[in-house]
Amino acid sequence: MATITLPHEAPALNNEEVLRYSRHLIMPEVGMEGQQKLKAARVLCIGTGGLGSPLALYLAAAGVGTLGLVDFDVVDFTNLQRQIIHHTSDVGRPKLQSAQEKIAAINPFVKVVPFETRLTSDNALKIFAGFDIIVDGTDNFPTRFLVNDACVFTGKPNVYGSIFRFEGQASVFAAKDGPCYRCLYPEPPPPGLVPSCAEGGVLGILPGLVGLIQATEAIKLILGAGQPLIGRLLLVDALGMKFRELKLRKNPDCVVCGTHPTVTKLIDYEEFCGLRGQEKPVTTGGVPEISVEELKQRLDAKEDLFILDVREPHEYKICHLNGHLIPLNDLPKRVHELDSNKDKEMVVHCRSGGRSAKAVAFLQQAGFTKARNLVGGVLAWSDRIDPKMPKY
Amino acid sequence: MKALALQSEGPRGSRPERPRPVSGKLVLRISQSDHDLIRREAERSYPHECCGILVGSASGERRAVSLVVPCDNTRSDAPERRYSIDPRQIIDAMKLGRSRGENIVGFYHSHPDHPARYSATDLAEAHWFDCSYVIVGVEQGRAGPTQSFLLAGSEDSKRFEPEEIQIRPANAPNAI
Repeated sequence: MATITLPHEAPALNNEEVLRYSRHLIMPEVGMEGQQKLKAARVLCIGTGGLGSPLALYLAAAGVGTLGLVDFDVVDFTNLQRQIIHHTSDVGRPKLQSAQEKIAAINPFVKVVPFETRLTSDNALKIFAGFDIIVDGTDNFPTRFLVNDACVFTGKPNVYGSIFRFEGQASVFAAKDGPCYRCLYPEPPPPGLVPSCAEGGVLGILPGLVGLIQATEAIKLILGAGQPLIGRLLLVDALGMKFRELKLRKNPDCVVCGTHPTVTKLIDYEEFCGLRGQEKPVTTGGVPEISVEELKQRLDAKEDLFILDVREPHEYKICHLNGHLIPLNDLPKRVHELDSNKDKEMVVHCRSGGRSAKAVAFLQQAGFTKARNLVGGVLAWSDRIDPKMPKY
Repeated sequence: MKALALQSEGPRGSRPERPRPVSGKLVLRISQSDHDLIRREAERSYPHECCGILVGSASGERRAVSLVVPCDNTRSDAPERRYSIDPRQIIDAMKLGRSRGENIVGFYHSHPDHPARYSATDLAEAHWFDCSYVIVGVEQGRAGPTQSFLLAGSEDSKRFEPEEIQIRPANAPNAI
């Protein structure tokens, strides 16, 4: 039975806490001893987003004594579909503040230790030192590798979860005899293979499911109960409502947790992932651009512009600028549709300006020298030109 | 020794055989630790057959294993002589492989108290062309020779071709 060693003395529970946790206390698998272990435990939640929301709420409700929260982001409307620790009234506020308030409302006996900062190689080891279990609720590969490596170096278990569209994964990495994340992914996946939630979408309830699995695993480690997901990758298929698992073995040749590790200190993970990095930020530099203001001006002046929309059909249905739709991935094989407009001023747009920048780079090479990228895309158009245009 | 009845993606299944290049040596590269893992699984499962999936990359005559995924033998009726892997685990392993930019390159199973040589049933039940089938012989609980065979041909005339197992040094890149 895997468990963690809590270095602290068993803290007593006051009468209010006994009442609060009575449904735990009457279970022999938890009891007073188990609840005291929960109160003594210090769990660090990396991220208070989709996974971090249900995780933090349930760990707080269960009576985990100290909850560290790492997040530097601000609540956005698009978060509310799944990040249930944040409410509509929190839009625009730092996520950390929002999360702290909700945790205090659920359980004022929980001590919240906030870290309103990006987790980096410079601060990770110091932050991790004050906690017993790390729960990875991040949404990007550089941070996942950083969390993993820091957990291996500090000897702390890494409760991992990830989500994409309708599927999720969960495991417990970096336990003493089990594999770490790098045993499964020695390197970041090839670029473009794993889109973010913003790019690929995610079923709102899915992080609820996976975040709760992570919370369950954290609690099992604290209590020393059940069989944790060490050496097991749990696969969640929400559409089929199936839970399956694959066995993972600790890799003796793993560069971080193997018998002869070659990575013995934290590295530059942005660079590590940027070498093949789908996380690399898309730059719009280097292609001709046009602002939404200029486009508006020129449309009002009834200039002969050709507008090309490189989003997907389902995005076009949400909102559009009456552009000609050719999704970015189809552009190479459909570029001939634009031949009659080669001499026209062409404005290319997408949702936020990233995909359209790639399209303009391609079109310029294909001889469309008058193609320009609409900076900020339909989001900027909604912000600055037409607030009635829905943002998504 | 029942193998799997699930087709993979890509150009597998019934199709004309691809001509084998002249140099012709079939190689399966695997790390010492993965090789040892398969043999440990074989010993651990004795007297039943163990089985699992090999994930990695392939090019021409060469396959390289980067991840071994042990699976449960679902043949509870005759696990000493037969094995079967849940097709859903195959799909999961394929997805996992894809998330690593790789694919399924083969399978392994063990022969308790039987040579590390494919049987007629092994061949009849194998359908993953251009994949490696690794067999570990286990005598009285101890792993013996490990052999690998590439499934070649087509469903109408298939065969196993012997494949050399090359152990990749621990710190060597996992290139094919």
